[in-house]
Amino acid sequence: MISAKKLSYQYPAGKTMVYPDFESVGGNALLILGKSGCGKTTLLHLLGGLLRPKEGHVIIHGKDITTLTEKALDQFRGKHIGFVFQKSYFVQSISVKDNILLAPYLAKKPADTIRLFHLAKSLGIDHLLPKLPATLSQGEQQRVSIARAIIHHPDLVLADEPTSSLDDENTATVARLLLQLCSENGAALVVVTHDERLKSIIPNQITLTP
Amino acid sequence: MLKIIYRNLVYKPLNALLSLILLMLSVAIISLLLVAGKQVSEKLDNDLEGIDMVVGAKGSPLQLVLSAVYHVDAPTGNISKAEADKLTKNPLIESAIPLSYGDSYKGYRILGTTPQYLELYKAVLEQGKMYAGTMEVVAGSKVALRLGLKPGDTFLSTHGEDAKGQVHEQTAYKITGVLKPAGAVVDQLLLTSTESIWDIHGESHELKTVPPHVEGEAIDHDNHNDHDTVPEAEKQITALLIKFRSPMGIMMLPRMINENSTMQAAIPTLEINRLVNLMGIGISTLQGIALAIMLIAGLSVFVSLYNRLKERKFEHALMRSMGTSRGVIFLLLMAEGLFLALVGFVAGIGLCRIGLSLLNKMAAEDFHFQFGYGWVKEEGWLFGITLLIGIFAAIIPAVKAYRLNIAKTLSDG
Repeated sequence: MISAKKLSYQYPAGKTMVYPDFESVGGNALLILGKSGCGKTTLLHLLGGLLRPKEGHVIIHGKDITTLTEKALDQFRGKHIGFVFQKSYFVQSISVKDNILLAPYLAKKPADTIRLFHLAKSLGIDHLLPKLPATLSQGEQQRVSIARAIIHHPDLVLADEPTSSLDDENTATVARLLLQLCSENGAALVVVTHDERLKSIIPNQITLTP
Repeated sequence: MLKIIYRNLVYKPLNALLSLILLMLSVAIISLLLVAGKQVSEKLDNDLEGIDMVVGAKGSPLQLVLSAVYHVDAPTGNISKAEADKLTKNPLIESAIPLSYGDSYKGYRILGTTPQYLELYKAVLEQGKMYAGTMEVVAGSKVALRLGLKPGDTFLSTHGEDAKGQVHEQTAYKITGVLKPAGAVVDQLLLTSTESIWDIHGESHELKTVPPHVEGEAIDHDNHNDHDTVPEAEKQITALLIKFRSPMGIMMLPRMINENSTMQAAIPTLEINRLVNLMGIGISTLQGIALAIMLIAGLSVFVSLYNRLKERKFEHALMRSMGTSRGVIFLLLMAEGLFLALVGFVAGIGLCRIGLSLLNKMAAEDFHFQFGYGWVKEEGWLFGITLLIGIFAAIIPAVKAYRLNIAKTLSDG
C-alpha cells in the first residue's frame, strides 16, 4: 500500500537527509523509531506529501505522489491519507463531531454519521461529540484525532508521535485503538516516534540513524 | 464550509462584533444622509415648481420663501392688497397667487388663497366640493388623514402657528372637501378663500394682546397687528406667488420691488440653494466622519483577521493535510471579510431605515414631512464600497494563509 524508494530530503539550511527504503501493506503497522532531530517528522511529511523530497519516490495506492501538482496532491492527501499529529490540532470554533466529519467533507466523501457514532463508541468519545475541542483532555483529543484520521477510509494513516504527550495508561489505550482501527479498516499505519513504550506494541520496526 | 466561516466569526464574537458595529454605523450614517438628502432636495424642488418669485413684507428673504412656499416658518408680515394688485398687473407677470396665512388648526396651517393655488400643485378633490363662500375649507390629504377630517366637519381656528394659541371662538370653519394626495406642500394645508381670513380677523380686535411668536424673533414686527381691522381699502394679504411670463421678469422685477416698494421679492431657487449650501457643509462633514468610521471598521476587520491568523494557522495546516487546497483556504478568509462587510451593510441599511422611521415619528409633527423608505441609487455605490473595504481588509491575511508552510507549521507545534 505504501512504499518509499530512495527518499532524500534537503533542508533549506542545506543539510541532506537520506532515508532507507521500506514498504508496508494495508492492515499492517510499521513503527519508525529514532531520536529527536533525526528527521522522523520530515520523513512523515514526505510520506504524506506535505513536503517534497529532493529525490526518490513515495508510492501510495499505486500512485507516485511526488509527481502530483500541488492541488492534486492536496486532494490525494485528503482522500487517501489520515494524519494523527503529536499535538492535536482542531478547528477550534466547531464541535468535536464537526471536526471529525471535516475529514470526509474536505475529501469530498459522503458524511457517514453511522460510522462516526460507531467509531466514537469504540474510541470511547461518543459523549464528547457536541463539545468544543478545547474543552477536551489530551488523551481525549488524541482519540478524537484517531477518529478523524480513520473516518474517511484512508489507505494510509500517518501518526507523528501520537503518544508522546500522554501518560502510560493513555499511551496504551491510544496505541491499541490506533492499531485496532487501522487493521479493521485495512489501512496501512506508519507511526514515527521516539517513544520506547510503543516498541512492545508494534513489532514491525525501522530505526533511523542521523 | 459556510458553517466554518460562520462559526469562526462567532467563536470570537467580540472581535467580529466590533467590526460589525463600526461597519453598521458608518453604513447607516452615510445611507441616512444619502436618503434624507435626496428626499429633502426632491421635496424642496417639487414644491418650488411653477413659482419664480415670492413677494411679501420686508424681512428675511429666506424666511419669506420658507413661510410662503413651504409653510415651515412664520410669515414676515403683511402687504397691502392694493399694492400687490398693482404689481400683479405688470405685463411681465403671467400669474400671481395671493396667500393669506397666520392661523392654524391643531398645528396645521390655514391658507387663504384662490383656487389657482390648487392648480399650481395639480391638487384635485377626492370627496366633497371646492370651497365657495367664506368660512368654507378644503383639507389637504395629510391633514384630513391625521385629524380625521371629512366634509361637513367644523372647527375653530387658532391664531398663529402654535396649537396652544388663542382660539378664534366667534366663527367656525366648515370642511366642504378633501383633496387627493398631491405629493406636495398642499397636502399639509387647510385651504380657504382669502375673504375668510379677512372676516375672521376683522372681528377679533382682542388679538392685539397676543404676544409675538417665539419663532418670530427675526421678524421686525408682529405680523398680527397689521390685519386685525379690515376696512375695504386696507385689505392685506401675506404673500404673492408669482410666475413670470418671460425670463426678463427675473432681471427686472425683484430689483424694482425691493427698491421701489414696501414689499420684498425673493427668488425661491436662489434662497433654497443658499440654504442647501449652508446645510451642505454639515452634510459633507458628517459624510467625512462616516467614511472615517468605515475605514476604521475595515482596519478592525483586518486586525481581527490578522491577529487570529497566528492561532488559526494550525487549523489551516490541518485542513490542508485533510485535502483542502490553498485556494480554498484563501477563499475561506476572504469570505469571512466579505461576510462581515455584507452583514454590516445590511444591518446598516436596516439601522438607517429605523432611523428614518424615528425621524418620521419625531419630526413629522413639526415639519409636516415624511421620509420614504425606498432604495436610493447611491446606496448601490455604498454597497460596492463596503464590499471593497471587506476585500481589502481580508486580502493580506488571506494571502498569508495561502502561502502557509504546512509542514513547518505542523512540526513546530
